[in-house]
Amino acid sequence: MASYAAVLIFLLLGIGLVLVTFFTARLIRPSNPYKEKNQTYECGERPFGDSWVQFNNRFYIFALLFVIFDVEVVFLFPWAVAFNQLGLFALIEMVIFIVILVFGLVYAWKKGVLKWV
Amino acid sequence: MNHSLYLIILLPLLGFLLNGLLLGRLKKGFVSFIACASVGLSFVWGVKVFFELLAMPEGARAIQETLFTWIPAGQFQVDFSLLFDPLSSVMVLVVAGVSFIIHIYSIGYMHDDPGFGRYFTYLNLFVFAMLTLVLADNYLLMFVGWEGVGLCSYLLIGFWFEKKSASDAGKKAFIVNRIGDFGFLIGLFIIFWQVGSLNYADVFARAPEVFAVGGGVITAATLLLFLGATGKSAQIPLFVWLPDAMEGPTPVSALIHAATMVTAGVYMIARSNVLFMMAPTTLAVVAIVGLATALMAATIALAQNDIKRVLAYSTISQLGYMFAACGVAAFAAGIFHLMTHAFFKALLFLGSGSVIHAMAGQQDMRYMGGLKKQQPATFVTFFIATLAIAGIPGFSGFFSKDEILWKSFSSDFGSPILWAVGLFTAILTAFYMFRLVYLTFYGEGRMDNHTKAHLHESPKVMTVPLMVLAVLSVIGGYVGIPHVLGGSNRFEQFLHPVMTGLHGGADTSEHVLTSAGHSAGTELTLMIGSVVLILIAIYMAYYLYLKNIDLAGRIRNNLSGVHALLHGKYFVDEIYGALIIRPLINGSLFLWKIIDVFVIDGIANGLASIVGDISTGVRPVQTGTMRTYATMILAGAVVLIGYFIIR
Amino acid sequence: MDIRSAAIDLGLISPEIIILASAMVVLLLGTVLKSRGLMAFLSLLGLVVGLVLVLQQWSQPQSGYYGMVLKDNFSVFFSVVFIMTAIITLLMARDYLIAKHIDRHEFYTLLMFSTVGMMLMAGSTDLVVIFLGLEIMSVPLYVMAGMNKIDPKSNESGIKYFMIGAFASSFLVFGIALLYGASGTTDLRRIMADFSFLKMQSELLLYSGALLVMTGFAFKVAAVPFHMWVPDVYEGAPTPVTGFFSVGPKAAGFAALLRICVYGFSGMAELTAVFWLLAVLTMVVGNVLAIFQNNIKRMLAYSSIAHAGYILVALTAGGEGAVSSAVYYLLAYMFFNLGGFTIVTIIDSRTGSNSQIDEIKGLAGRHPYLASLLALFMFALAGFPPTAGFMGKFYIFSEAVRNGFVWLTVIAVMNSLVSVFYYLRVVVAAFFGKPDQEFSPVSFSPALFIALLVTAVGTLALGCFPGYWLELSQMSMFPII
Repeated sequence: MASYAAVLIFLLLGIGLVLVTFFTARLIRPSNPYKEKNQTYECGERPFGDSWVQFNNRFYIFALLFVIFDVEVVFLFPWAVAFNQLGLFALIEMVIFIVILVFGLVYAWKKGVLKWV
Repeated sequence: MNHSLYLIILLPLLGFLLNGLLLGRLKKGFVSFIACASVGLSFVWGVKVFFELLAMPEGARAIQETLFTWIPAGQFQVDFSLLFDPLSSVMVLVVAGVSFIIHIYSIGYMHDDPGFGRYFTYLNLFVFAMLTLVLADNYLLMFVGWEGVGLCSYLLIGFWFEKKSASDAGKKAFIVNRIGDFGFLIGLFIIFWQVGSLNYADVFARAPEVFAVGGGVITAATLLLFLGATGKSAQIPLFVWLPDAMEGPTPVSALIHAATMVTAGVYMIARSNVLFMMAPTTLAVVAIVGLATALMAATIALAQNDIKRVLAYSTISQLGYMFAACGVAAFAAGIFHLMTHAFFKALLFLGSGSVIHAMAGQQDMRYMGGLKKQQPATFVTFFIATLAIAGIPGFSGFFSKDEILWKSFSSDFGSPILWAVGLFTAILTAFYMFRLVYLTFYGEGRMDNHTKAHLHESPKVMTVPLMVLAVLSVIGGYVGIPHVLGGSNRFEQFLHPVMTGLHGGADTSEHVLTSAGHSAGTELTLMIGSVVLILIAIYMAYYLYLKNIDLAGRIRNNLSGVHALLHGKYFVDEIYGALIIRPLINGSLFLWKIIDVFVIDGIANGLASIVGDISTGVRPVQTGTMRTYATMILAGAVVLIGYFIIR
Repeated sequence: MDIRSAAIDLGLISPEIIILASAMVVLLLGTVLKSRGLMAFLSLLGLVVGLVLVLQQWSQPQSGYYGMVLKDNFSVFFSVVFIMTAIITLLMARDYLIAKHIDRHEFYTLLMFSTVGMMLMAGSTDLVVIFLGLEIMSVPLYVMAGMNKIDPKSNESGIKYFMIGAFASSFLVFGIALLYGASGTTDLRRIMADFSFLKMQSELLLYSGALLVMTGFAFKVAAVPFHMWVPDVYEGAPTPVTGFFSVGPKAAGFAALLRICVYGFSGMAELTAVFWLLAVLTMVVGNVLAIFQNNIKRMLAYSSIAHAGYILVALTAGGEGAVSSAVYYLLAYMFFNLGGFTIVTIIDSRTGSNSQIDEIKGLAGRHPYLASLLALFMFALAGFPPTAGFMGKFYIFSEAVRNGFVWLTVIAVMNSLVSVFYYLRVVVAAFFGKPDQEFSPVSFSPALFIALLVTAVGTLALGCFPGYWLELSQMSMFPII
């Protein structure tokens, strides 16, 4: 149980710190809102319209494909780091893994997912 | 020695498969040939095995044949095996024999029906299932046959399904029977639980060790078995389906709802005599329910006008007799009556079918009369059957009915009160049966002229079966002439080895129950007394329905309340409707409303309207509903875990 | 440690590999070739080869991948059930998909992916692998439920199944996490070995974990009160998919439940009370609500809930006999339930069909054999001899009685009595119902014929000659290895 106590203290500290900083910031900051300042921040671009808009759901599929290949990297990194110890077998395994993913990509491609109409 | 018992059940099965698979592709003649031949051969084979059985020494009369291991060893083993002992031999001969006769009759009766092939297919399936039921050597296989005959009964009651009343009657029969089956199945589970087997031999051998006589478990088990029997054999409280079952074709009423299937309950109790003998309470219940049913059905039969309904209530009443016999531990007498009843009741139904045939479908006796002249063969055979059911000496019904009455008086489990009720019922039986005969065959014809012109005797294919059954209705009783009349009751002796419950397993030729403490003089006095009373009842029927018809009407008017009660069959259907079915439906509707409508829709819609106000983009109902579903899962998990924490 | 040799044994998972490979081939080829019939055939081929490979593994218990994959008779038996379910579903689906204009090759791929997931679920004693299998099984199911994109009901079915399924999975994962916290392992065999010690040390964690895991699977097998998604999802999904739902995932869920609760937590006597309650609730709610359904798919949905209740009776009884009775029942259930769904699919393939019970009226007049088969399957569902339904129920109930659960058996038998009512309604409609208009005939293909033949023969064979199958189910008990 004692080991969990540290977790609890850490948790409390973490929450406390956030609360304290927000509170102090509110106490000492100047308040001077104007129109430009209240605008949505979009990397320096001039924002057009509201940010609560419906997105084209094609983005969704792009996002999915992106996530899959993004996650793939999580597997690739540790494998690459330990490549020398793992040897040929792991290479084959990783090739199979990537081939399976490529299957998915080819399928998506064929289905016309990557084409922006 | 190989007896090939399996042929008895295989032949009707083959008939069923042939007719069923080639439905609509065979000519009528060929269909009926297959159907009749398969059942006929099955009967012939049964007779052959029966004689082989007779050739065996009395104590060892049992042929057992295992076809294959049905459920393998492990927790329990059940073989698909058949048992041909005195009890099942009697049943096989009655079932196969009567079935064969009725198959022949059906060729004529169903000749113009578009469902000819379907009819014979069902009928063969029925014979297969019924023979499986009686030949089984364990309760499980018996139950399979039990359900099988129920299914066929349902199919055949609803045979003319274009009539709504017919398909309704079929459904009613099926569902009422399920209540009985529920009891039967639970009873079997209790037996299996206690004994660890469902084979007759094992169960009966081990029952004395496992159960205490009169103990709660055996009483519960036998009562549940009896509940099963009341369903199948139409006893109080589950008799309501049988009168409606008359919607089926008349030969079906004769075969299934009079001669064979409905007697399965009696057979089952006789088969389980060891168990029932260990539960005196159950025996008393069986006797009382049996006699109460007999009396009630007989009184209802007094006031019915539909010829088949009179016979239906008469069947219920006679089945009550058989149960009364079992209830006073006179199982052999019950089976004896079962056999004679099969003959004369089948004959009565087939005779009524012949009448209905001639009357172009008219079943109301008030529009019949004087058919004696037009249908001489039908009349004579019908009259013989009536004498038999009324218990006139010399006819089969006399011997079996007298045996039951005497046993209900003299047996250790009997009493004079049971006897008196039984006798009163017998008097009523004679009365209403002769009322039926007088109204139908005597007096002036009351039918319209068109029908009158078309009255005719039925074809040979229908009358010959009647004659065969008539002969059987006369001589069927002579296998069991009681001792007091100089016979030796060979029937009871023949069945004696099976009735191990009566003599504790050891085969003694001493009859424990034969007139212990009662003299032959008493028996003879009671017998003569009852015959005299029955004759008086017949004269009353003659006086009221032939001689002085106005008087019958006057009596009916003066006793209009009683008549309404009887005519309305004590309103049992209505009472069940009001007390059981309506609350059941309302209850489940209520449950449904609570769960489906209130919980799901109600909460969902409530939530949904709140959610819907906030997020208009999503379809509100589904969001709400899914929340409910998820909430239920969460609540379920919380309750489960909460229970373990609080515990 | 040398990763190559000891643990990795491709032969062990060859059936899964074959099915996965054919699924991917179909997925790619389908984008190039237009012939959907060829895709269906290739899928069938892959499944049959997989079936043959699985059968080779019978009676040769082996384990691999550090004990993560276990091929005992139990998992082989269930794999056979899953693959058979997939095959029958595939056979019955073809004509329906064409008739509804959703004949897409993805259907076959998803079917096979899902089957592989089920096989993994049954083929492991490690909770993590079981969970992986569950997800591999479930995700394709969500898509299959929503296959008919132009039908709002199908969409609704898919999205509902997905949301609720994800929700229920979270319980499962949480439960596994708690169990890991309590025991330091996710391997059931090790949890079982140390059970009494673990119970002493951290009972609360262990029990909460076990119950949460149970909740997760109770959702998959549709036990009350985790059943509410079932009617909506079953009604909306394309009919063959519904048939697949009602057998495949349910059997997989029970495989996992049997492994985890009867085997892994056999030391947890308190689970019996939970199963007792779940069984009674599931049977009663399933049967009572089924009575009022006019939509046959919805009716069968409630009926499948009720059948889960009967199997839960076996789980309540516990012990080896109960496991084999549950296994036997699932095999029997596969045959007659899929048989019933095949016929419903055939009838549903007609244009304008809405799966109402009334639409079956007049079937017997037009297609007497089909109506007879429908009656056979309905009677099997209702538990009539001599069908598989009767034998299965009888076996389960007698096991329950043998273990002393008399009242539970009484309730179960009463429930099967009630169930007759609504199954009979279908038969009555088929045989005795007068159709409002002429019954429009259904089309019939060899694939449907095979599906019906297999299911009908199975239904009768398991009922009339149960001996062989019972022996198989008794051989499928664990623990082995």
